[in-house]
Amino acid sequence: MLSEKDLLGLKNLKAAEIEEILSRAEEMKRALVAKKIKKTLDGKTLVVLFYENSTRTRTSFELAGKYLGANVVNISVATSSVQKGETLIDTGKTLDAMKVDFFAIRHQMAGAPALLAKNVKASVINGGDGMHEHPTQALLDMLTLKEKFGRIAGLKVAILGDIKHSRVALSNLFGLKKLGAEVVMYAPATMIPAELEKFGAKIAKSREEALDGADGVMGLRIQLERQNGGLFPSLGEYSRFYGIKRELLKYAKPNAVIMHPGPVNRGVELPPELIDGAQSAIEEQVTSGVAVRMAVLQMLSEYKGVRK
Amino acid sequence: MKLLIKGGTVVDCDGEKKADILVEDGKIVKIAAGINEDCKTLDASGKHVLPGLIDMHVHLREPGFEGKEDIQSGASAAVAGGFTQICCMPNTNPVCDNAVVVTYIKTRAAAVGKCKVHPIGAITRGEQGEALSDIGKMKEAGAVALSDDGKSVANSHIMRLAMEYANGFGLKCLCHCEDKDLVDGGVVNEGYNSTLTGLKGSIRAAEDIMIAREIALSESLNIPVHICHVSTYSGVELIRSAKSRGVKVTAESCPHYFILTDDIITGYDTNTKVNPPIREDIDRRAIIEGLKDGSIDVIVTDHAPHALKDKQVEYNLAASGISGIETSFALSYTYLVKAGVLTLPQLVRKMSARPAEILGLDGGDLREGGVADITVVDLGAKYTIDPSEFISKGKNTPFGGTEVYGKVCATVVDGDIKFGA
Repeated sequence: MLSEKDLLGLKNLKAAEIEEILSRAEEMKRALVAKKIKKTLDGKTLVVLFYENSTRTRTSFELAGKYLGANVVNISVATSSVQKGETLIDTGKTLDAMKVDFFAIRHQMAGAPALLAKNVKASVINGGDGMHEHPTQALLDMLTLKEKFGRIAGLKVAILGDIKHSRVALSNLFGLKKLGAEVVMYAPATMIPAELEKFGAKIAKSREEALDGADGVMGLRIQLERQNGGLFPSLGEYSRFYGIKRELLKYAKPNAVIMHPGPVNRGVELPPELIDGAQSAIEEQVTSGVAVRMAVLQMLSEYKGVRK
Repeated sequence: MKLLIKGGTVVDCDGEKKADILVEDGKIVKIAAGINEDCKTLDASGKHVLPGLIDMHVHLREPGFEGKEDIQSGASAAVAGGFTQICCMPNTNPVCDNAVVVTYIKTRAAAVGKCKVHPIGAITRGEQGEALSDIGKMKEAGAVALSDDGKSVANSHIMRLAMEYANGFGLKCLCHCEDKDLVDGGVVNEGYNSTLTGLKGSIRAAEDIMIAREIALSESLNIPVHICHVSTYSGVELIRSAKSRGVKVTAESCPHYFILTDDIITGYDTNTKVNPPIREDIDRRAIIEGLKDGSIDVIVTDHAPHALKDKQVEYNLAASGISGIETSFALSYTYLVKAGVLTLPQLVRKMSARPAEILGLDGGDLREGGVADITVVDLGAKYTIDPSEFISKGKNTPFGGTEVYGKVCATVVDGDIKFGA
């Protein structure tokens, strides 16, 4: 049971809630792989409201809804219309009045899902807001780890890349710490957010230290446009000093899994041979993503508390 | 026209005493115990009688943004907040960068007839940071200071020229300190809470660098400068150290910087968005220390009213600012005097005498022969701040629901009761 109407982030979820989502997601994944899914959300409606481009996450939400039998409406809003057109609150209230049951929202501004959630009766799922959280991504990463290792507690997960601008990093940090994993991060100092250690992350001084004994190795996407912002001098330099290399993998556990939320810049965060290699769980993550979103939709539909 | 303010405790920078005040033709003619006069009488028994409060940093929004505030609503809110004189920032539309707009504001304020409104002219034309405004003509029309509030004059050479030229007319530059490149779109303080919320942070250095620059210019040129709304502990220290070696720098801060910390941003309440941002406890405590030791001379509101629609949006898109003119005295009294940081005379000095001294305004004290700008307050009155009761059009405050002491009972401007009684 989830204690809130919405899934806005992992920060406010209890460990037991995360564990329940993961075990429900494991069931969903088995059904998904076997193509034997119960249409439990027949008659419900999901609006996928994306203010930012996305293929993977948007499609994943859409299919999760459809597999469970819900009606799914996709709305992609160009960035510019946020400022000149209807406000987020008005858009939300309008769709809410059409008796929508769920919103999956992605927005370039932190806090936008929370603002929407406050103004609608429907359940809101945060599909990524600015540099804040991306809870379903972290949940699918955790599902991937749990399936591989049978547990989260005691695992060491190394996260390398643009931590500062990553909502994936923060959600993973909250979620993994709650379930007892160790999280080590490594990036150029320009890509580490303020006071990260206070959130329980360990910041490594080298890639070797970050990967040392890791069960999970996660690369985060480098936004190519950030190069112009001066966060790093060039892709070549980034890859040379901060990329995850095959020869560095010897520091991790032999059975470590390699993860990436995608889309990957091949040869920057990870070389192709690791992306496509035996230890890569990148494709598995995608399947896990649909399962996790199915579980979240299902559980939010069971929410019995007050709506607005 | 005579007015007798009877039975109150008269407070000025030197202390408190039981006395009555007799006012005639806009001037204080007598301060003494037991004055009896057959004229209009304001019963101040049980109340405190202060020199009229002066807020040297407000935004009245007129001309151009009357949906947020206008001179009528802003000046009415000011007297309700106990202010007899306010200085309004030039970021209107058109910008107050010429004598015509200065004259317009003064004319409108006179027609409204609430408190005295002193326009602050823009340092540079259109607040663009490039060419100097008609500083002399604005002074002639009644501008009392200069500022490009809302931003810094980015070009240090232009700032140097502005300070030199303005000084020739006896005008001070009031500096909003912010290195735009370093702010880089930040909307909250950079720290634990910016990481927690994913809201883009603005580092203290963005403010401190400009404070240090203004101090360096002031010191090199030997020209006074005033630092607006200090929000960082390190900024307080820069000012303290400059003052200790004799630099002619003065500074102000606001209730939200000495009361709140950025823990309040975590719910994405856009009423907490203000520029510079509300920072951490180390900053809050340093500002209190600065108020105590005189590093910070003045308490201002940076009254920044906004329409509801300007705040009912995503945090990044929301307008910056707090509507503060009706809560400033009670918040300052509650969190500084009742908390034992300042005495009441010290608070009165920061909210009246010091701004008058810095800008060369008539007022700021209670003396025979002086201007009859007087604020009467009930320090025992406890109430809960309710923004819906604001006279200001701007209901945007993070202090809704806060319990405070100190109600403004009457505001007298030039001998006329403009609020209360």
